[in-house]
Amino acid sequence: MHILLIGLNHKSAPIEIRECLAFSNEDIGKALTTLSALPEIEEAMLISTCNRVEFLITAQNTTETVTAIKSFLAEFKKTPEHKFEKTLYVYEDDEAVRHIFKVASSLDSMIVGEPQILGQIKAAYRQSTELNTSGVILNRLFHKAFSVAKRVRTETGIADHAVSISYAAVELAKKIFDDLQGRGALLIGAGEMAVLALEHLARNGVNKIFVANRTFERAVEVAARFRGTPIRFEEITDSLFNVDIVISSTGAQHHILTHKDIKPLMRPRRNRSLFFIDIAVPRDIDPNINRINNVYVYDIDDLKGVIDKNIEDRKKEAMRGDRIVDEGAIQFRKWLESLEVTPTIVALRNKAETIRKAELEKTISGLKSISDKDRVAIERLTASICNKILHDPTIFLKRPGCWERRGFYIDAARKLFNLNEDDDQ
Amino acid sequence: MNNVCLALAIAFYLLSTVGYIVYVFRQKRKIHKIASILLWGGFIAQTVLLISRYVETGNVPVHNMHETLLFFAWSIAGVFLFFQLKFELMVLGAFIAPLTTLIVFAASMLSREPVPGDPVLKSIWLALHVVTIFMGNAAFAVAFGLAIIYLIQERQIKEKKAGFFYRRFPSLNRVDSMGYASIVVGFSMLTLGFITGAVYAQLVWGRFWSWDPKEVWSLITWLIYAALLHERLVAGWHGRRAAIMAIIGFAALLFTFFGVNFLLKGHHAPFTKF
Repeated sequence: MHILLIGLNHKSAPIEIRECLAFSNEDIGKALTTLSALPEIEEAMLISTCNRVEFLITAQNTTETVTAIKSFLAEFKKTPEHKFEKTLYVYEDDEAVRHIFKVASSLDSMIVGEPQILGQIKAAYRQSTELNTSGVILNRLFHKAFSVAKRVRTETGIADHAVSISYAAVELAKKIFDDLQGRGALLIGAGEMAVLALEHLARNGVNKIFVANRTFERAVEVAARFRGTPIRFEEITDSLFNVDIVISSTGAQHHILTHKDIKPLMRPRRNRSLFFIDIAVPRDIDPNINRINNVYVYDIDDLKGVIDKNIEDRKKEAMRGDRIVDEGAIQFRKWLESLEVTPTIVALRNKAETIRKAELEKTISGLKSISDKDRVAIERLTASICNKILHDPTIFLKRPGCWERRGFYIDAARKLFNLNEDDDQ
Repeated sequence: MNNVCLALAIAFYLLSTVGYIVYVFRQKRKIHKIASILLWGGFIAQTVLLISRYVETGNVPVHNMHETLLFFAWSIAGVFLFFQLKFELMVLGAFIAPLTTLIVFAASMLSREPVPGDPVLKSIWLALHVVTIFMGNAAFAVAFGLAIIYLIQERQIKEKKAGFFYRRFPSLNRVDSMGYASIVVGFSMLTLGFITGAVYAQLVWGRFWSWDPKEVWSLITWLIYAALLHERLVAGWHGRRAAIMAIIGFAALLFTFFGVNFLLKGHHAPFTKF
């Protein structure tokens, strides 16, 4: 059995490809059901955020599974394989474990230390447990990932000076507008991340706020928080006249604003600068808009470029984070190794033997008038009781019939007999 | 005495240049402060030199290339220092200080032989004409520097490269409005320079305007800046286009200043002889 991680992230793939391969919540459900029905795959989990798509799989045969996943991805996303093949990375076993721990700890994030990723991974975990596509190994792996992430968070300074996307966006806005006092902002799509960015802007003096959202109720709710104006989607173009900064984060599949929406706006705006922050994947704002004079468009990848300079300072903290990840990976491997049949049976027998010997010693030392012959007979008796009791579980674990869910049974056996002595849970 | 002042000015400007360049790399306020004080030092040394020349000849000392360049450098430093009292110009010093140093240095290479003052040049109108024109030119030089800074910073932001200059240069809006302020000052000074020059011409030659090449080219320069200001007020022209226009304007100004004298003839020619 192998743990397999196949995926792509902001480092391996440009935003255009990530856009193509991103999974919506519904898609994840469908994908997981399809995947777990494949004969190669035992357990499956799928993480899809704006910066990454990652499949976590347990399987017997790695090469077959990788091929299967690739063709599944090509078919499901209707994208030819050669387009994304080079951007994929494949990790096996230890490497996969370390990678997922890093992701959960936000060490692999575009903005190292940003807090959202853990929530996103928890959501992915919940989804796969609800659909029953993850089993004993992945569940255990994720619990371990959460505890590693928690340790990284509390024991290193990574989270403290985590610069969020919104922070970078505010810095940029200041490089364009200088003072943000009294400026206007429009929120298109009131997602969590976008609201966070708006909060940041508001704290820096932006006070004319408009909120547009597909569901108008949500727009009203968010606008109320910032004493702003809720508007309908159709009113976006008109409201652009009154704002300086636009934050967009809708789930739309197509560009919401294009070059020809903005170009004619600039003359009546008297060429006042306009700054678009596009944190949606797929993108909401046509990147061509950036070509218009005094208009600046930044998507998530672009913001990364601005943030990169902070990464240097955090290298040291990240190294401490890596150490915690390594520790976690080693502990997990120990547990995984224990799931093999032979060590479990050996451990089971050792445990029985230890108990038998201890009890025997206690009893024999209490009996004074006992011959050597009797003593041998008692020893033989206890040994055969142990053997008889352990016979059925041993046969069961060794039987090929239980192999499909072997992990589950072995784990159960270890729990029933309390064989995981150095378990930290 | 004059030579000492000139040497002092060059030394101060040179050190100030070093200071501003170090400031660009290190971004320490203290370094900026020192560089700024050094620039003041150079400016004061040059002021003393100018006053002494004025006392000697009774004219604003712009009678040959050496004097003209010195006066230009002095105006640039002066206008920049004045702006700096009002705005946080910071990195602009790294542009102005080397420019001033270069001009003063070039001037010091040229003949320093004082030209005997022609009695026709002794006029308050002429003095005003020279001072306003040079102040205007200096303000346009500052605007030119700001335009270059704007274009570099704008490129960085447009191309999404948070490079070396991104952090060190001020925000686009600030550079743009400072550039606008410099152009307004430059334009007002240039206009005043025209008026005082015309009055002087009327007094000396009996006509306000004589289609001298210098006059024509000055008018072209004036029109370029007038167009820039007009578009800004009417269509809200700012940013990249305004910056490019400020650069074109400055190129025209340089041609008016040097080119006309070397290539064309006119009644300004003697002042840039060397």
